Amino acid sequence: MKRLLTVFMIGLGLVALAACAAPGPAAPPTAPATQAAAQPTAAATQAASGPIKIGIMAPQTGTLAASGKDMIDGWNLYWTQHGTKVAGRDVQILIEDDAGNPDTALTKARLLVEQRGVDMLVGNLAANTGLAVADYAKGNGIPYFLPIVSADDLTQRARIPNVVRLAGWTSSQTTHPMGEWAAKQGYKTAVTLAQDYAFGQESIGGFTQTFTENGGKVLAQLWNPIGTPDFSTYLAQIQSQNPDVVFVEETGADCGRFVKAWNDFGLKGKIVLLGNETLVDQSLLRGMGPEAEGIVSIGKFAEGRDAPETQSFVSDYDKAYKLLPSYYAVNMYTAAQLIAAAIEKAGGNVSDHAAFVKTVQSIEITNTPLGPIKTDSYGNPILNVYLRKVAKRPDGRLWNTVTFTWPSVSQFWTFDIASYLKQAVYSRDFQPGFNATDTLKK
Amino acid sequence: MSPTFLIFQLLNGITFAALLFLLASGFTLIFGLMRVVSLAHGAFYLVGGYIGLTVIRATGNFFIGMIVAAVAIGLLGLAIERGLLRFVRGEELRQVLLTIGLAFIMADMSLVIWGGDPVSIPAPDFLRTSFTVGDLTYPKYRLFVVLVGGLVAAVLWFLQNKTRLGAIIRAGVDDIEMVDALGIDIKLVFSGVFLVGAALAGLTGVMGGAFLSLYPGADSEILLLGLVVVIIGGMGSLEGAVVGSLVVGLLDTFGKAFFPELAYFTIFGPMAIMLALRPSGLFGRIK
Amino acid sequence: MSERWGKLILVLVLLALAVAIPYLTTSFYVNLFTEVLIFGLLAMSIDILAGYTGLTSMGHAGIFGVSAYVVGYTLTKTTLPLEFALSLGIVASILTAALFAIIAIRTTGVYFLMVTLAEGMIVWGIAYRWASVTGAENGIRGVPRPLFVHEYWQFFYLVLVVFVILSAILYRLVNSPFGLTLKGIRESESRMRTLGYNTALHKFIGFTMTGFFAGTAGALYALYNGFVSPSAVEFAKSAEEVLMVIVGGVGTLFGGVVGAAVIIFTRNIVSLYTSRWPTIMGLIFVVTILFARNGLLGAVRSLFERIVQARRGRIESTEEVVTEGTESIEKRGAATHLEN
Repeated sequence: MKRLLTVFMIGLGLVALAACAAPGPAAPPTAPATQAAAQPTAAATQAASGPIKIGIMAPQTGTLAASGKDMIDGWNLYWTQHGTKVAGRDVQILIEDDAGNPDTALTKARLLVEQRGVDMLVGNLAANTGLAVADYAKGNGIPYFLPIVSADDLTQRARIPNVVRLAGWTSSQTTHPMGEWAAKQGYKTAVTLAQDYAFGQESIGGFTQTFTENGGKVLAQLWNPIGTPDFSTYLAQIQSQNPDVVFVEETGADCGRFVKAWNDFGLKGKIVLLGNETLVDQSLLRGMGPEAEGIVSIGKFAEGRDAPETQSFVSDYDKAYKLLPSYYAVNMYTAAQLIAAAIEKAGGNVSDHAAFVKTVQSIEITNTPLGPIKTDSYGNPILNVYLRKVAKRPDGRLWNTVTFTWPSVSQFWTFDIASYLKQAVYSRDFQPGFNATDTLKK
Repeated sequence: MSPTFLIFQLLNGITFAALLFLLASGFTLIFGLMRVVSLAHGAFYLVGGYIGLTVIRATGNFFIGMIVAAVAIGLLGLAIERGLLRFVRGEELRQVLLTIGLAFIMADMSLVIWGGDPVSIPAPDFLRTSFTVGDLTYPKYRLFVVLVGGLVAAVLWFLQNKTRLGAIIRAGVDDIEMVDALGIDIKLVFSGVFLVGAALAGLTGVMGGAFLSLYPGADSEILLLGLVVVIIGGMGSLEGAVVGSLVVGLLDTFGKAFFPELAYFTIFGPMAIMLALRPSGLFGRIK
Repeated sequence: MSERWGKLILVLVLLALAVAIPYLTTSFYVNLFTEVLIFGLLAMSIDILAGYTGLTSMGHAGIFGVSAYVVGYTLTKTTLPLEFALSLGIVASILTAALFAIIAIRTTGVYFLMVTLAEGMIVWGIAYRWASVTGAENGIRGVPRPLFVHEYWQFFYLVLVVFVILSAILYRLVNSPFGLTLKGIRESESRMRTLGYNTALHKFIGFTMTGFFAGTAGALYALYNGFVSPSAVEFAKSAEEVLMVIVGGVGTLFGGVVGAAVIIFTRNIVSLYTSRWPTIMGLIFVVTILFARNGLLGAVRSLFERIVQARRGRIESTEEVVTEGTESIEKRGAATHLEN
């Protein structure tokens, strides 16, 4: 027994020695500072020959797998259409499954960057996976592009220079116009219902602020846990408030359950329902029945938008995957479009990370399936926002058609940027105009 | 707080409870006799729902879908019991882990086969409408779930208390060696019980698919609720499953209405209290 | 005698290999090894219960996670120093384990599984719902790693040192009179009770102690990832940990590390070829349970024992019997001593 202990002590000594000796000549790859400094030169020498490597992360297993598949399909469609040679260099795409789990996402980001040597990271769906990878990217400066993750602060109060939302959005970007529009339609009172987490709270915050600024009154805010099996209890509460309009944010399986319950309990047609983008995104419309027809929502993508650039994308996607594209697919497709344009503009030189991020931010394309798009100096897109209505296509499938367009909407809406950034990020406790004073009110 | 509001919430609680009971009954049946905690029960539910959906899409008939799903999952359960669980009989930990492994495989395979977009099973036409009494509008389908739940409860109660098979099962719960010694083929009974329990999960999958929709993750969500039901009601007890479902269904509904801040705690809280005071649940036997 | 020397040499060789890891491979793999050590520690804490008392906890990710959350919260929301945050996290885990134990040790067998599973669910529910403290879905971000272990390899050595110290303690523990009493309870609780042991107290202490090891692992994990989210406390994590124990071999203590290594590396290698990891993991569950009943280390051990026995049978059979006899008598004596 004693001898074993001795061995452990010797072992400990060894470890200590190794730890002290580590920075010596035989040391493992040392500090990130030196590493980062060494990388560009190393990469630059091979820049002329090797391919540009792009690491894609999307959930391929677990609850979010279907949307993750849409992401990959949308991304791949661009490269199948346009080929993988840009500015004379091959583009190599490495796809990894983040399982919708932040721990896995972080491991995969490390794998792609440290082991596979990618030049940039693109993707992730769930906010927590995106935030985990963003923190990692903050540490090593790798360009990280987020077409889906919408957590407001990433391009607002907690900006990371090398983290850019390409063809993405902030949660409140589309709901600002929605609130103002609802108030201007003459709706006086509203109840909001949303999932009780950051995305829901930020979406609702945007609506609440502009709705109340324009004379509306929010009677109540209901928050349902993610994965609410039964919405009936919330519907009862909405009925008892009897508002002019209900604004709803849901994602995933909650959408179908809400829309079904809304219909089953006879509220459809009785109270005006407005949804956020995810409530009736194509990924969910596919699984919904006639109960979804006619739902009005706000979004930055409308697969039924009557414009050639949107319709050619929709029909190409349909041909390739036998599905209408969801926003997951179109965002990734558009991100690919922007990245390809940036690589072209940079002349195939992506080794200087900071410079490449700058180039990406400078790209402006007028004919993406989303409409015209450019990136603001905070790393968030300025794009069209559409008022949408679910309609039946001639082939019987449902899609979102456009009834009104707000061109070039910024994440800051019409607010003064500096004062908007002084305001806190929307949360359950900060809903200006409902439970907090609206300091931006003109 | 209008009386309509209360009646409405009461109905919501009861209809949700009926669905939970359908799932928990099979779980508790299997546990009661075999001492097997089948954590594959959620996966049975999900796969059953998907099979039902496929059949309903092909035949257009909801009830055929229900029957096919129940039979298919029953047979799947039988295959698992005969082919795998048999080899670890009496080893509780191994049984549980085996069912976890199977649950992983089934969930992942249904993602491959049926895709992961949430889909909802279309209810039969005559149940798709609502009825209205006064200012109360209520969907008929949800009352249908209560009807099926009640029916299953009655059949199970009758089987357990009024038939020879029930007597064997009840005896088996108390003393398996004794039943075996009496010359009854207890292995056959085991297989039969597992088949019925799994079939109930498959059936519930179709019922729930039209109610809560089907998607990856639905398996673990429903399993979680089912576990809370049996922990509160007591594992292995039919009465416990009835009472537990009602407790969870009503707490969930009224909790969300009156204490929206505590949406999860209204379920986990009572479970924690039950665990602390009576780990065997309301109707469970101490072991 | 030769067996003991064999063990010593084995331990030394393994240690030397572990120390050499950062010199032999890339940062990505060093990080994976760090994960193996952290989760190996957690798996070993589960194995104290599963292997030495026969009680398998399906809620240990909850105990692990409490520490991770407390450390994460303290380091991001307060200005308290690192040592304090770590101690607070570990103490929180020990208290959680004690609370779990009070409820769970009244049950045995499959009820114990269910109760611990439910306890883990409660922790998950809190992590998911108590948004103002836990950050809900998004968790707690930006947990700073102390400067002296900022580099991945420095952090690896820190984890290695902690791992070596704690596994030495664990090894002592399971071979101590206390550990032997636990084993006795596993074999027959009623007999131990008849012999005058307070079995409930022993089980309670055993369970609570695992909180220290799981809590240390959780604290390290918070620093390793730099964030804590509900995925650290979900049921799947508890199940995966138990799988690690089973793959490595229940009751072998170090099997937990072997299991952790197998699972973590398989997951990362498999992902090169297929994205069907959940199916593969399910198959590992089924195959291990049906075909590798004693786990990998169990299999190696029985093979080793067979070889040793075969050799002993020829050379030093008499001597060994004598030594072993005295040793176990000594141990038994010590165990009784504790009781009085």
